[in-house]
Amino acid sequence: MEFGRISRRHLLQGGAALTLGTAFGAGAARAAGTTIGFVYVGSRDDYGYNQAHAQGAAALKKLPGLKVIEEEKVPETDAVEKTIESMINLDGASLLFPTSFGYYNPHVIKMAKKFPKLRFEHCGGLWSDKDPTNAGSYFGYIDEAQYISGIVAGYSTKSGKLGFVAAKPIPQVLRNINAFTLGARLANPKATTQVIFTGDWSMPVKEAEATNSLIDQGVDVLTCHVDGPKTMVENAARRGAMVCGYHVNQSPLAPKAYLTGAEWNWEALYPKFVKMIAAGETIPNFYRGGLKEEIVKCSPYGEAVSAEARKHADDIKAKLVAGNYTIFKGPITDNKGNAVITSGTDRGQTDPELEKMNYLVEGVLGATS
Amino acid sequence: MADGSLGLWTVPLAVLGGAIRVSTPFLFVSLGECITERSGRINLGLEGTLVMGAMSAYGISYLSGSPWLGVLAAGITGAMLGALHAGICSLPRVNDIAVGIALMLFGTGLAFYLGKPLIEPTAARLPAIDFGWWSDVPQVRAALRINVLFLIGIALAPILYWAFKTTRWGLLIRTAGESSDAARAMGYSVLAIRLRATMVGGFLSGIGGSFLSLFYPGSWNEGLSSGQGITAVALVIFARWDPMLCLWASLAFGGAAALGPALQSVGVTSGYHLFNAAPYILTLAIMIITCSPKRTLTGAPAELSITR
Repeated sequence: MEFGRISRRHLLQGGAALTLGTAFGAGAARAAGTTIGFVYVGSRDDYGYNQAHAQGAAALKKLPGLKVIEEEKVPETDAVEKTIESMINLDGASLLFPTSFGYYNPHVIKMAKKFPKLRFEHCGGLWSDKDPTNAGSYFGYIDEAQYISGIVAGYSTKSGKLGFVAAKPIPQVLRNINAFTLGARLANPKATTQVIFTGDWSMPVKEAEATNSLIDQGVDVLTCHVDGPKTMVENAARRGAMVCGYHVNQSPLAPKAYLTGAEWNWEALYPKFVKMIAAGETIPNFYRGGLKEEIVKCSPYGEAVSAEARKHADDIKAKLVAGNYTIFKGPITDNKGNAVITSGTDRGQTDPELEKMNYLVEGVLGATS
Repeated sequence: MADGSLGLWTVPLAVLGGAIRVSTPFLFVSLGECITERSGRINLGLEGTLVMGAMSAYGISYLSGSPWLGVLAAGITGAMLGALHAGICSLPRVNDIAVGIALMLFGTGLAFYLGKPLIEPTAARLPAIDFGWWSDVPQVRAALRINVLFLIGIALAPILYWAFKTTRWGLLIRTAGESSDAARAMGYSVLAIRLRATMVGGFLSGIGGSFLSLFYPGSWNEGLSSGQGITAVALVIFARWDPMLCLWASLAFGGAAALGPALQSVGVTSGYHLFNAAPYILTLAIMIITCSPKRTLTGAPAELSITR
C-alpha cells in the first residue's frame, strides 16, 4: 500500500515536470488553448446539482480551443487539493471550478495561494477581501426561480396544499422553501407548504416515503431541495400529483406532471466567464446573480399549467429580470408568528441577511429543528 | 376529512404502507444471509450484492423492456458474487468477514461504474397488484399497492423455516454450520455446502436489489441502498438466525423507516432527526432487551467466525 502511494506520487511529480513547461508556455492567462478543470462532489449524472455543473462544463467543451477535464465524487477534504494539484500539474489546467460548497475554506484558498497565477472559481462560497484575489466565489439566487415555481404551484393546486421534500434546514434550503411558499401565496393566499426534512442530501428511500406521506396528507403539488430530485418526481407522478423540478429540467421523467422547475444555468455562466478572461476583463471575486444575470432559469411550462398561471408567472419573471422586484419584502412573519422582516424593509437579493435565513415563513407547515 | 386528508390516521397508515414498501429488500437480504450464516459463513458483502442487483436489474429492464428479466439478471449477478465470496473463502486461512468487506466495496464500486449511463433513462418497472380495491380511500389504496416480490418474500420465510427444520438439505446446511467435522464425517463437503448456501444468499440479495431499482423507490441512483444491505445483515443476528423472525424484523424496520416522514407530514416536527433514526433506535432497544451476560446468543450457528 505504502509503496504504491510513493510510486504514484513520483509518477505525478515526473509528469508535472514534463507538462509544466508546456502549460505555462501556452499562456495561462489566455482563455483560448487553456485547460479548465471541474471538480464535482457527487456523481456527474445525478439528474441534479452535479449534473447541472457538468452541463455547464459540456457547454465549454463546445467552444474552440478549450480543453475541459473533470473529476467527480471528490470529497470535501484534502482530497480536493490533490485533485486540483494533479489537474494543474499533470493536465496543465489554468482555470479551475471546484463546485461544492465545502471545498472553499480552507482547500481552495490554500490552492489559490499556492498557485497565484492561476484562476479559481468556486461555487457557493463567500469570498471576502482576506482571501486571495485569484480566487472567486459565484452563486445563483435560485430562490427567484423557486418563487416562480411557487406561483405556478399556487395556481395548479386543487387542495391548496403544497409539499416540499427538503434535505437539511440550512439557509439556502430554507430560502427556497420560503420563496416557493411566498410565490404560491401570491397566487393562492390560503396555500400552505408542508415541508419534510429527510436529514441528508441523498436518501432515496426517505425521499420516496416523504413524497408518499405528503400525498397522503392531501398535497397535490410537490417540489424538493435534495441532490437528486428524480426519486421525488417519479414517485409523485406515479401517485398522480404534480411536481416542480429542481437543479435541472426533470420533465422527461414525468412530462404530464411536470409544471415548471428551478434550474441552474451554468451553461450560460461558464462560457461568459471564459469570454471575460479572454477579453482581459476581471471576473468580480464575489459574483452573484439570479434570473436577471441568467445564472438561474425556469423550466419551460408543462402542459398542465393554466394560461392564468403562465401570465402571472411571466409577469413576475419579467419584473425579476428587469431587477425591480423584491421577493423578501416586509412585512413577513414566520410560521410561529414572529415578525422576521418588518413592514417597509426590503431585503433585496444581495442582502447578506438572507444568506443567514433560519426561519420558515407563515404558510409553511414544519419546523427548522 | 372533507378535503381528502386523513389527519392523524396518516401515521399508522404510513407505517403500514412503509412496512410493505420498504421492508422487501430487508426481507430478501436477511433471508439470504440467514441461509448463508446457517451454513457457517458470514457474507458481509451483501450490501455490494444489493447494489449490484439494483443496477443490473435496472440495466437489463431498460435494455430488454422486461422488468422480470431484470429481476432474474439481478439474482444471477447476486449468485455470481456469492460464488466469488465462497470461492475465495474456500482457500485456506481466508477470513470470511474480510472477504465480505472487500466484496462490499467491490460490488458498490462496480455497480456505480457500470451504472453511470443508467441514471437518466427510465426503465420499465415491476407491476403492482392492487389489494386496496375494496376501499374508496385513495391513501389506503396507495398503501396496499403491493408488489409480487413482497408476497414471495413473505411466503419464503415460513418455507425456509420449515425447510431448515424438516428437509434433508436444511439439515445439511445446519450441520455444516454447527459442526463442520460432523458434516465431513458424514461424507459431505462442507465447502460445497457453503458455496451453494452463499450463492443462494447472493441470489436472494440480488433480487432484493432489483426491488429497490424496479419498484420502490423505483429508479437507479448511487444513493439508492444507503446501507440497507448492511442493516439487513445485522438484522439476521437480531432475528437470531430464524427466518420467521427475519420477516417480522424486516417489517418492523420498514415501518420504522416510514415513521419519520409520516410524523412530519402531520405536524409533529420536533425531534425529526430522532424519528428518522427510529430503525436504529429500535435495533439498539431490542438488542439491549434481549441480550444477557449469562448466555451466548441463542440460535447462533457454532461454526460462525463471530461465535467461534
